[in-house]
Amino acid sequence: MNDCIRTSIRGFMSRSFEGREVADHDNIFALGFGNSLFAIQLVAYIEREFDIEIESEDLEMENFQSIDAVTALVGRKREA
Amino acid sequence: MTPALESYAEHAAAMRVFADEHIVPFAHRIDQEQQIPREVVERMREAGLFASGFPERLGGTPGSKADPVSATVRHGMIHEALGRASPSVQGLLNVHHMGGSAILRWGTQAQKGEWGQRLSSGEVIAAFAITEPEVGSDASAIQTTAVPVGDGWEVSGTKTWITCGQSADIFVMLTQSERGPLAVILPRDTPGLRIEPILGILGCRGYMLATLYMERCAVPPERVLGQPGFGLSHVVAEGLDNGRHNLAWGCVGLGQACLDASLHHAAQREQFGGPIGEFGQIQRLLARMMTDVHAARLVCWSAAVARGRRDPSAVQESFMAKYLASTMTNRVAADAVQVHGASGVGPGSPVETAFRDARIMELIEGTTQIVERAIARFGLQGR
Repeated sequence: MNDCIRTSIRGFMSRSFEGREVADHDNIFALGFGNSLFAIQLVAYIEREFDIEIESEDLEMENFQSIDAVTALVGRKREA
Repeated sequence: MTPALESYAEHAAAMRVFADEHIVPFAHRIDQEQQIPREVVERMREAGLFASGFPERLGGTPGSKADPVSATVRHGMIHEALGRASPSVQGLLNVHHMGGSAILRWGTQAQKGEWGQRLSSGEVIAAFAITEPEVGSDASAIQTTAVPVGDGWEVSGTKTWITCGQSADIFVMLTQSERGPLAVILPRDTPGLRIEPILGILGCRGYMLATLYMERCAVPPERVLGQPGFGLSHVVAEGLDNGRHNLAWGCVGLGQACLDASLHHAAQREQFGGPIGEFGQIQRLLARMMTDVHAARLVCWSAAVARGRRDPSAVQESFMAKYLASTMTNRVAADAVQVHGASGVGPGSPVETAFRDARIMELIEGTTQIVERAIARFGLQGR
């Protein structure tokens, strides 16, 4: 299941980062991709794509800093 | 199921009747006195306008959960109707929605419970405080600080050009903390907060702008929005995204007001033995205005549908709607003055006020230049 989530998120991020390849564990904030327009698009994407709701309590850097992190967050939210 | 197009037309007509009855009669006074009368705000409360755009479970407009696409289009139509009647009043509802949506999207359950019904009813009016004397478009460079004190924070700094700063009950404010951007809710009666009106501005003179001076304002933990570090990227971004969408619809309304006045004038004003609307040069202006307003409205519709569907493209679409509508309304307002001739620049002329108000639209919720940059970057994604 997480492989599907990961593939989807990887695709979204690749499209958002002007084609630049990002490894699953790369810190996207450290690479300079974490601007506010990307952030709200990412939230909208994962909420719609995976039918989950990102809440205030989820706003932790560890949940959004990489493809791995977002995949894990989505996995946890779907199991909850 | 999405309702038939006729029901949207009915909603738009109802909003127009409301605005004609309760706001248009005050529009000139709002511009002259630089204030929105309490009775206007009261009529808006009675009509449920403050609930629009908020989650239904927190007091938002009924039906918005079952059909979010229709609700978002109808929400836009409210802003169009207000923009047509008085861009200042549209600004009041816009900043209320910007601040309120940030709270109701990223607040804790306790914060949503505390503020949801009060914001939706209009009992509490929200505003949005980002801009500072030295910081405009680059919100990441803000200088207002939040320093940890006990289990809360202390906020110090200056915010300026804050719409409804003179009247709002609470401010959603962006600060800088040791843990990154921090968004807080600052009630108007917070000790250490001093509010100074800004008067005599070019247009939208009923925005009731103010400068806010914060001197060690105490912010308890329950007034912090989201987590430290996410104040700009998520909390404030939510409000700004809504603000661009709302303003785009408001610009359509302002353009429509200019068009309506111009069509009326062109049909009534006679020169050389006939109405000036029969002259080809005036017809060219009218045709351009009609097409401009219509095009902007359709782009706003498209953006609203994307937002209602929670499509990530909605962010880009709202930028484009704001860009098209705000530049459109400047062209249309200038054309309206041209159609009216001398009577378009005289005191008390609606198009004279519209011309001044339109200028503001390219400056707020992102200047035209910032918006162009954002749209182009969206286009370059994936290239």
